[in-house]
Amino acid sequence: MRRIISLLLENEAGALSRVAGLFSARGYNIESLTVAPTEDPSLSRMTIVTRGSEEIIEQITKQLNKLIDVVKLMDLTEGGHIEREMMLIKIGTTDGNREDIKRLSDIFRGRVIDVTGSTYTVELTGTGDKLDAFIEAVGRAQILETVRSGVSGIARGEKSLHI
Amino acid sequence: MELTGADIFVRCLRDEGVEYVFGYPGGAVLHIYDALGQQDTLKHILVRHEQGATHAADGYARATGRPGVVLVTSGPGLTNAVTGIATAYMDSIPMVIFSGQVPTHLIGNDAFQEVDNVGITRPCVKHNFLVKDVKDLATTIKKAFYIAMTGRQGPVLVDLPKDVTAQKTEYSYPKQVTIRSYNPTVKGHTGQIKKAVKLLLSARRPMIYTGGGVILGNAAEPLTELTRALGYPITNTLMGLGGYPASDKQFLGMLGMHGTYEANMAMHGCDVLFAVGARFDDRVTGNIEKFCPTAKIIHIDIDPSSISKNVKVDIPIVGCVDTVLREMLALLKDSKQKPDHDALQAWWHQINDWRSKDCLKFDTTSGLIKPQYVLQKLYEVTRGDAFVTSDVGQHQMWAAQYYGFDKPRRWINSGGLGTMGFGLPAAMGVQLAHPQDIVACVTGEGSIQMCIQELSTCLQYQLPIKIINLNNRYLGMVRQWQEFFYEKRYSMSYMESLPDFVKLAESYGHVGMKIEKPADVEPALKEAIKLKGRLVFMDFITDQNENVFPMIPAGAGLNEMILL
Repeated sequence: MRRIISLLLENEAGALSRVAGLFSARGYNIESLTVAPTEDPSLSRMTIVTRGSEEIIEQITKQLNKLIDVVKLMDLTEGGHIEREMMLIKIGTTDGNREDIKRLSDIFRGRVIDVTGSTYTVELTGTGDKLDAFIEAVGRAQILETVRSGVSGIARGEKSLHI
Repeated sequence: MELTGADIFVRCLRDEGVEYVFGYPGGAVLHIYDALGQQDTLKHILVRHEQGATHAADGYARATGRPGVVLVTSGPGLTNAVTGIATAYMDSIPMVIFSGQVPTHLIGNDAFQEVDNVGITRPCVKHNFLVKDVKDLATTIKKAFYIAMTGRQGPVLVDLPKDVTAQKTEYSYPKQVTIRSYNPTVKGHTGQIKKAVKLLLSARRPMIYTGGGVILGNAAEPLTELTRALGYPITNTLMGLGGYPASDKQFLGMLGMHGTYEANMAMHGCDVLFAVGARFDDRVTGNIEKFCPTAKIIHIDIDPSSISKNVKVDIPIVGCVDTVLREMLALLKDSKQKPDHDALQAWWHQINDWRSKDCLKFDTTSGLIKPQYVLQKLYEVTRGDAFVTSDVGQHQMWAAQYYGFDKPRRWINSGGLGTMGFGLPAAMGVQLAHPQDIVACVTGEGSIQMCIQELSTCLQYQLPIKIINLNNRYLGMVRQWQEFFYEKRYSMSYMESLPDFVKLAESYGHVGMKIEKPADVEPALKEAIKLKGRLVFMDFITDQNENVFPMIPAGAGLNEMILL
């Protein structure tokens, strides 16, 4: 079962390593983890994508809640939610493929944000599946580099994670 | 008036009501030691190894319910303390550890005696802090004690860079602190409590199973009252001994791997299991697939993550065991429903049948000293009223089986981590807390040598601990497993070149005794207790081949015990 867990945690040195340490010490899975400060500079917002049985997910949320630095926690997958991931991808270009890559990037609603004689760098946002599909469409042979942000998520509607 | 960080440290501890600090000096904590040396309200106990400091503070905490306090220097001072911190963490013992650190401008530079104290201890503390500014010192210390003592208790580390202890600021100690991200639950959910009482009263084959949470949560009194009101059988975990009087007829003894036959069979056969402040540890459940197959389970615990961690629970109640049990008692008194008398009588009949196997019997005709016999005699000679610490291994199980504890906080042992070397330093903390009481340290020739250096501390502070060394010239529990499961290939479980413990005790300034015959056991114990102000090291030369029974082998269920 894939789960997206959102956390508000104290924006303090060491808070991230407490979360990461908990996952490694107890053998839990981290598929992706993103973290950055919120509009309230004393708080960080973290999104963790993990996998496990119902019992393991229950333990993960309980153990996270037990960390002193964790202020609040929400399992986004329990309700309607939106997830997004951002990717920067550098693609090798030739006279033959430049047009195709531009078109492909338009189809995926990406933007070419850097150009050289032999490369395009494309910025693309969406679900993980969409980013995978773009990589597939471009073809691995032409990809020089990819950087993915990991998933950020938010609940749909009026439900929100705040203190 | 502005005070230095070191003076603030001392003032904070005094204002927190700390009586003893267990520690060892070193470069990074010299400012603090200078401040400590210029006052005499806060007493410092100088141990001989930092592991000893943590176990002593731990013993003090277990025996009193107050937080143990440790002070060590940076680098090796802290790494030596880690075993004791992890020991306290596994058993949820409230402790505050202060570690020295290199000055802030050197942190991360691989400076002399630098390690990442906060990083090294992170997985074995409830929380930890690095104080970077003296202005934060008093509040951080207050927070550390608050976190250590509330919710599921545990050790908290405060790392103190040397320059912070030299900086000056105004001192004021906060009366209380709030931490927005930390609000432990105290009161249980009333609806759940009502459901639990209803289920308990409808039981036909009930069983009460209680753990260390009852001791830590000071809930022995409501537990005893509730158990007596219901008339149900009760068992304690290794950590829970003393939570219910062992001499009472409703008590079935300890459960688990080396628990009694009647306790384990009653667990296996019960239809309602009432778990109180216990965490379904693997040494208790045996094979989880075979655990309590017919039981509905009620579980009270202060830590939500303990609930349904190993065993799925039907009625979970998160809260302080004391508060929840008292609420249950009140409901029980008002309830028209009463336990099913006939069903209960049939259940007791069955239990007494199991009991009649007398699973703790042992050979009393042997010409060799049986370790069980020593513990029986210790119980008699001390009238069951001593504080008993233990190390880890066979002697620990025998002490748990044969010394019946009627009161909480009398049985002090490393249950979760199983730390050899715990017993003697823990006994120091207990003896300091209870100077007038008998403190016995039950140990073996393997364990005692792991912190033997603390004999020197015992002399310095005149701690009259009675050491019961069950000397079988083997790492007994390892040998037992090798006998049962490795076709008697006794790999590295022997003890050769043992010291002469009598001379060793004497060279540390204590009394040593060597006891080789069963007839000498009781007189030796009586003599040792008569020597009021002295530490007595009793070296009992015991039967080498004695094993701990009964036993549940790995992978078996609670109903598949090996009896003698």
